[in-house]
Amino acid sequence: MPVLARWIEAAGIPTVVVTMMPDLATKLHTPRTVGVEFPFGHPFGLPHEPAMQHRVLGEALHVLAGADRFGTRIDIDLEWPIPRKEAYRNWQPAEPSPIVQWWISRGALDR
Amino acid sequence: MIVDSYRFLPRSFRPIYENPEPHGTDHVWAPLEKRLSDSRIAILTSSGMYLEETQQPFDLERERAEPTWGDPSFRVIPSPADEIGLAHLHISHDDILADPNIALPVDRLAELARSGIVGEVAPRHLSVMGFQGTSLDGWRDIAAPGIIELLHEDEVDGLILAPV
Repeated sequence: MPVLARWIEAAGIPTVVVTMMPDLATKLHTPRTVGVEFPFGHPFGLPHEPAMQHRVLGEALHVLAGADRFGTRIDIDLEWPIPRKEAYRNWQPAEPSPIVQWWISRGALDR
Repeated sequence: MIVDSYRFLPRSFRPIYENPEPHGTDHVWAPLEKRLSDSRIAILTSSGMYLEETQQPFDLERERAEPTWGDPSFRVIPSPADEIGLAHLHISHDDILADPNIALPVDRLAELARSGIVGEVAPRHLSVMGFQGTSLDGWRDIAAPGIIELLHEDEVDGLILAPV
């Protein structure tokens, strides 16, 4: 997705990436990045929490419109309201994805 | 506060994300030329979202057979959209199906447009399936050109990308 953002920006359309992995985005040289410390699958927060969703969306628009230089990154100071262990379990699919199963079968992951 | 990018990632996955190979390092930059209150904004989600009634889901069968491959196509999600489905093998679907705004916040964007903070919600939003395996060639050749053409057609002024 950070690379896709670069291609779209290069075509003349301003972009901002809202991401749980802002370190990865900036290493891939995204023009504008908003970081959130949320579990995967939840870039704008919790379901049916419009205030939280507005906070992230508002920050994204703020950075999209107001960043004055390439590589601008703003992290949002919001703590995920569900305990980490539970949130960690909840975001994952019911069964490991094909690539994870493939890695496991090759001993590539130390689980 | 600086976000911990690895807080919710299994520890054994961390090395995969720590040293990514950049696809270009030049400072691509297109400033938003208008005021936000005059701008048309679109959103792109990587959640594998599609319209259950009218669109093919992303190809998960091939991914199951070929785990290092991910479907590089894209779907157009109108705003507002009904009958959202998800085709993505790497995340739980429960919360996004309960409220798609956590991945594609079109209702929130519409509220900001009604209050005048944003000019307009774009008529079409976009969805890809974020797992692309070992290569981004498919996105480069299929998704990116199609998405760019559509955004130009819709005269979109700015795009929010939200990987899941």
